[in-house]
Amino acid sequence: MTTPGLVEPALAERVLERALARGGDFAELYAEARNGFAISLDDGRVERPQGGRERGACVRVVQGDSTYYGHVDGLAEQDLLRVAESASQALHDEARAPARLSAATPAHGHAIELRPEEVEVERKAAVLRSCEQRARGAAPEVTQVRIGYGENRRQVEVFGSDGRAGADDRTRVRLSAQVVARRDGRVETGTDTRGGHAGWELIAADPEQVAEQAARRALTLLDAVDAPTGRLPVVVGNAFGGVLLHEAVGHGLEADAVQKRASVYAGRLGDQLAEGFVTAYDDGQRPNEWGSDGIDDEGIPTQRTTVLEDGRLTSYLYDLVTARRDGAEPTGNGRRESFRHLPIPRMTNTYFAPGDATPEELIGEIERGLYAVSFGGGQVEPATGDFVFGVSEGYLIEGGRVTSPVRGATLVGNGIDALAAIDGIASDLEIASGYCGKGGQSVPAGVGQPHVRIRELTVGGTA
Amino acid sequence: MNLEDVARRAVEAAGDAGATDAEAWAEQATSRRIQVYDGEVESLSDAGGRGVGVRAFVDGRSGYAYGTDLSEAGVAEVAGAARAAADAADPDEHSGLPDECGATPVAGLASPALGDWSTERKVELALAIERAARSRPGVTQVETATYSDAEGSVALANSRGFSAGYDATQAWAYASAFAGEGADLMTGLGVDLGRDPAALDPEAIGGEAADRALALVGARQPESRRCPVVLDAFVAASFIGFIGSMLSADAVQRGRSLFAGKEGDEIADRALVVTDDATDPEGPASAPFDGEGSASRRTPLIGDGRLLTFLFDVRTARRAGRSTTANASRGSYRSPPSVGTTNLVLEPGEHDLEGLFREAGEGLFVTDVAGLHSGVNPVSGTFSVGASGRLIEGGAAGAPVRELTIASDLVSMLKAVREVGSGARWVPFGGSVKAPPILVGEMSVSGA
Repeated sequence: MTTPGLVEPALAERVLERALARGGDFAELYAEARNGFAISLDDGRVERPQGGRERGACVRVVQGDSTYYGHVDGLAEQDLLRVAESASQALHDEARAPARLSAATPAHGHAIELRPEEVEVERKAAVLRSCEQRARGAAPEVTQVRIGYGENRRQVEVFGSDGRAGADDRTRVRLSAQVVARRDGRVETGTDTRGGHAGWELIAADPEQVAEQAARRALTLLDAVDAPTGRLPVVVGNAFGGVLLHEAVGHGLEADAVQKRASVYAGRLGDQLAEGFVTAYDDGQRPNEWGSDGIDDEGIPTQRTTVLEDGRLTSYLYDLVTARRDGAEPTGNGRRESFRHLPIPRMTNTYFAPGDATPEELIGEIERGLYAVSFGGGQVEPATGDFVFGVSEGYLIEGGRVTSPVRGATLVGNGIDALAAIDGIASDLEIASGYCGKGGQSVPAGVGQPHVRIRELTVGGTA
Repeated sequence: MNLEDVARRAVEAAGDAGATDAEAWAEQATSRRIQVYDGEVESLSDAGGRGVGVRAFVDGRSGYAYGTDLSEAGVAEVAGAARAAADAADPDEHSGLPDECGATPVAGLASPALGDWSTERKVELALAIERAARSRPGVTQVETATYSDAEGSVALANSRGFSAGYDATQAWAYASAFAGEGADLMTGLGVDLGRDPAALDPEAIGGEAADRALALVGARQPESRRCPVVLDAFVAASFIGFIGSMLSADAVQRGRSLFAGKEGDEIADRALVVTDDATDPEGPASAPFDGEGSASRRTPLIGDGRLLTFLFDVRTARRAGRSTTANASRGSYRSPPSVGTTNLVLEPGEHDLEGLFREAGEGLFVTDVAGLHSGVNPVSGTFSVGASGRLIEGGAAGAPVRELTIASDLVSMLKAVREVGSGARWVPFGGSVKAPPILVGEMSVSGA
């Protein structure tokens, strides 16, 4: 499917010329059309259907280590020129001429079988209802069900004063379920999501599975005992368990944090940080994955970057500005929430490569520990590597077996210590969809891993 | 372009498209953001934004749409999309426009002084913040000093004839400083906000970032214990913000709040007095009317130890047979109104921080928490969150600690509050909250 251009190359040239009118090493025009639709079911009722259409652009001028930029709602010529003018105001050098631009080349995209906007709204509402039914059918203890569906399409064009002209057409869909279960005054919540850089086909395949999984989690927690406290061996589940890698390692590899010495991984390239069987990637190319794109938001093709190879730290994650500063090649990690933001180094899909153990083998060797299947979220201070994760589904491991579910467990630790303490990786790689916040910008990010065992972590419980 | 005209046009267009009732929220804003690093401008932006969001009602069903094109055709398209979206919703007998709209004057929402500040002066302010942080001995790095401001206008119109608007300005700045190196590197945040840059004290912001980082140098993991815990104003504000979100009648009616059915009950120590106040001239979230045109007001939420009321918008109020508390909140034109807090204000007490330490005797002083929103079960209220801070030893601040969790449940914690301190301040994260530090009688602290 061909996309009508958002900005004519000749206009982009004029905008970049205006942006460089008072000097600058480099200028860029980022234009975007965003169309979205969302609908949810809550409390037994389909509600909040909403659609949005936005168009806008961001112009930036980079001079040395300084970036001057502006953004505007709308793509009219006078708006674009005004933003370019305003971004140039801080500079006082000679004008530079941008390179000639050709039409933006569409990136190699991700296959979309059925465009979500072509699916009748009634079908979307029907999926919400059948998900609800599945969750309520799971057990009489299920008291509240919320199902959410969202789709969006971002058509993006990037023009650089170096002659770069890239375009990308991105479609994402996501289904999420939150289920509350109650028994004898105890109330527990379970969630699950499914999302991808994909079309309706991702939702259409057994969507009720998502609701069932959320219900199962809530019901499991009804039987949960208080979490243990102290330092314990921990087996982290696959898929959303990868939020551990994302938080504890990935953020510290983003080159902006590294260059400001705001990362524990600064100056550690080439160091052996983990056992020899630990390899990890950031992969923005992975077909139809939630965090994948054709190009990043600076027009650089996405790629698979090996960040840990056989336990050695092999690469940071770069956008254009940080790559230039390090004399490195950009890695396709310059991402932005929208045209209202500057690109910064961000993860795409980050995951540990599969090993050859089975989850049962990892668990079988633990006398007393915690099996953290999924997290409710997490947070890290990249400068210190200190992290905290709330365990949303967890179990005790006793005598090599998974026993009682636990509630209220939190994992607290330090990324570099936890990485060094990985002593087993299973083969069951899976990737889950999340949103990652940084610098006031939220972007879709895939997190994943096979089951991973950590020799010892601090578990903060309520017991 | 007159924003109220845009909103009125959108309402008419929704009516033309077949809506039985409609409401439009239009916004226009310019903003500036300056980040400095190592004595230089790292990034500087000058941005403009505008958009309109339309809520269309058709026989009890409602749909929403928004867009950035404010031309006549663009607005009509948004209105039509909202009308079309309504068909997908199930009818809700309680949804609809307010029976009574209005505006409460709030003085000083917009400061004309913002316009008097040149970009150069704002850059100088950000640099002064960075210098203030850097000048403290022991500070190894200032990761960023950031200044931001925004000047915006809002207009709301609906098919019952309401039409109003207001202007507001906001300026805020923060700095993030590091102390120590390598595995012992500690970070600290300093922040301030006001209606214009003159309200910001660069020395105080930079100094706070530095002091917070320096106070943690040499932090170790403490032993697990149960003890009194003092939460500093930042942390107290985060908890109060979270509790405020649980007081939403929407969360209550949907069975997702631990406070469901507890209206009028004793839920907290008498020391804890919390009010939602959209009319405080200093409040970042203050406005003359809420997201659906109900006149702003001040709503006491917790007082005398009791839960006094939930927060209502029009729909949740009708469902409960109550009146709205004017808490229909809007993130922007991109989202329909939903129940939310405005400014939460925790009434200060008498003891300063040192006084709270003396009261605590032996315990923990928490200056940062991580993972509050993932670590709290909103329905049961149990939580376990990562924290750092200092021990309280012999009634005074002692050794710095990190890599620990504090755990309790919100109900027990509210009742275990022993003292509310003096020195309340506005904290812009986790909603808009004005809070002093508080002393909680006992919490479970997990470390080594």
